[in-house]
Amino acid sequence: MKIIKIDKKNWASGLEDLAGSYRLFGPAKEEEFHNFKALDQGVLPDLTCLNTRLSPKSLIYPQSEVMFEYSLDESQEDHHIMKEVDKDYSPRAVIGIRPCDVKAFLLVRKNFDSPEYRDPYWIRAYEATTFVGLACEAPCNTCFCTTAGCGPYHEEGLDLLLMDAGDNFLVKVITDKGEKLLADAGWDTEVNTDEAAKQIEAKKQAAEAKISSFVTADRLKEMDTVELYSAPFWEEVAFACINCGTCTYVCPTCWCFDIQDENRGRSGMRMRNWDSCMYPLFTLHGSGHNPRDTKIQRVRQRFMHKLKYYVEKYDNGIQCVGCGRCVRLCPVNIDIRRVCYMMNSYGTSDNTCAA
Amino acid sequence: MLSYIDKIRETSARLLKDCSVEMVIGFRKGTVPMMNEPHFAKTAEAVDKLVWDSNCGINLANYLTNRQEKIGIIAKGCDSRNIVTHIIENKIKREQLIIIGVPCSGMIDKRKINAMLDGEINDVVEDENNITVKGNDFEKILNKRDVLQQNCAVCIHRNPVIYDELVADLVEEQEGVDRYADVRSIEAMSSEEKWKYFDDLLSNCIRCYACRNACPLCYCPTCFVDESRPQWVGKSQDPTDVRTFHFLRAYHCAGRCTDCGACERACPVGINMRVFTKKLEKDCLELFGWEAGMSADVRPPLDTYKPGDPDDFIK
Ligand code: SF4
Ligand code: SF4
Ligand code: SF4
Ligand code: SF4
Repeated sequence: MKIIKIDKKNWASGLEDLAGSYRLFGPAKEEEFHNFKALDQGVLPDLTCLNTRLSPKSLIYPQSEVMFEYSLDESQEDHHIMKEVDKDYSPRAVIGIRPCDVKAFLLVRKNFDSPEYRDPYWIRAYEATTFVGLACEAPCNTCFCTTAGCGPYHEEGLDLLLMDAGDNFLVKVITDKGEKLLADAGWDTEVNTDEAAKQIEAKKQAAEAKISSFVTADRLKEMDTVELYSAPFWEEVAFACINCGTCTYVCPTCWCFDIQDENRGRSGMRMRNWDSCMYPLFTLHGSGHNPRDTKIQRVRQRFMHKLKYYVEKYDNGIQCVGCGRCVRLCPVNIDIRRVCYMMNSYGTSDNTCAA
Repeated sequence: MLSYIDKIRETSARLLKDCSVEMVIGFRKGTVPMMNEPHFAKTAEAVDKLVWDSNCGINLANYLTNRQEKIGIIAKGCDSRNIVTHIIENKIKREQLIIIGVPCSGMIDKRKINAMLDGEINDVVEDENNITVKGNDFEKILNKRDVLQQNCAVCIHRNPVIYDELVADLVEEQEGVDRYADVRSIEAMSSEEKWKYFDDLLSNCIRCYACRNACPLCYCPTCFVDESRPQWVGKSQDPTDVRTFHFLRAYHCAGRCTDCGACERACPVGINMRVFTKKLEKDCLELFGWEAGMSADVRPPLDTYKPGDPDDFIK
């Protein structure tokens, strides 16, 4: 294991050097909240950000992404032929991303990069990216990462893990990609590994001890799908939901999209846009039939997908990293922790939730 | 308002026990500070979960649309006006409802309170006039009047306009409120300034449609933005489509919007789309002397024609 120390005085200049070989992205505050943005020359990522309002998934998987262009002008030889659009897959680096949000890319990868299907856009963007994570020293009270397969110092999916240590950052080098970024930035002060490792372990434990919110998901996998699907609690869970889709749009692990052609004049483009299982249109068939045309069915789909179908299909834990965004932003306070509890304890005597 | 809860539970339990209603729609305590969740009670025992405080800003009329059973519903001023609108628009029948009226002193603005404090809020406690906000290393007492939702601060119908039961004495209505200062300041802008103002206003919109879905007026079986045969509005983040959604939605609320604030409250990125509906509300008041949802016996100006209707705007 290799640990590097960056004097904060060298932070800005290192980033400036990086700007030559990477497109940089990081949290930036605009008015009342942070989001991930491309960092203009000389702009530093705002590392005071607890976490961004929207997840960083759009860096790899934009809300609207053009895939093809075409002409409808029949005087053109190539009319009605789909042509790939040029995209920028040059190296990019995301600075200050939280461990949960990086872990989320690994969950999403199961969908975009599987033995059956390989999504070229997602994969190329993902592979072009170096992830410089920032460990959480003060997790939010709605973060439940430690029981959702990651944690404030979790390293899976990261190339470098940055930790705030007063006048310095400590940086744990995790991959070769990370190593390369350090070299490009000229950050090369190695520190005594044993000592630093101890310091990091202590910080990690302190951060984990601050997590105050948890889920239990141990029974979900073995439970009978049909029984869970038919459980009577869905009416209660779904009652307040307004099917707005906020939960799925802000979620780093939601991946569903819809493909649309948009024409303007005699040309057009084929694009994909985020979609959400909370929307009636999501499952509307061409015939007009909608197999999920009630709110209860849609709400159930979201939770069953995240907490049962995914768990069963991939044997990779729940499709949630515990970032807490949906908990904080659902306008009617539908709380996945509460629903997870109801599902996980269904059929035991212990299924009235105290949350 | 905290004192209302006993009366709310007692009334709800009575209505459920004597079978006057099959369910009572109200709120249960939320899992995060300054949030409550719309909830129903179907048995007299279940009413213990119902709560009432300054975090009940969601408009419960939204939960009545096309329901068939007999329902008890807890209604503050704005909810009651949207219930009236629902009755006028045949979305629910008056006979189906027992309206449990709640005189309101305003709901607090979670976003505003969050923005006033640096750290994360762990707990919020209220009494009649004050809101005490606690975090890891701070505790602050705020005057409730200073942290009301914008629409509550300028509300002139805090008491329910229609009810069968009342949980407390009516409150005094706010007098001398300037409801339209924000609209006037936009009206005074040049076209270019307006364009820029609206562009900035909508620049963060992710078109999740939370604003639409939180709104009790937006009950169309298929919203125009979801229409696919033909498709009127594109689905990408193209600013024209974002604008089309907002402008058209606002027009669909003309003469119907009660300025309950549900839309603004629901938005995950803090957009004040209420400025659109407020302009229409102001026009309805000035042109037709109309305030939405005040009486189930009067047809709204936009679905009636009178020879004396103003027509100065036709150029
Ligand atoms: S954010 Fe809440 S109300 Fe909106 S769709 Fe998700 S669960 Fe339903
Ligand atoms: S389901 Fe909610 S808590 Fe889990 S990853 Fe998605 S937004 Fe975060
Ligand atoms: S929860 Fe819904 S929107 Fe999210 S990935 Fe699953 S099906 Fe798609
Ligand atoms: S709730 Fe906010 S982000 Fe969502 S569509 Fe409405 S204005 Fe846009």
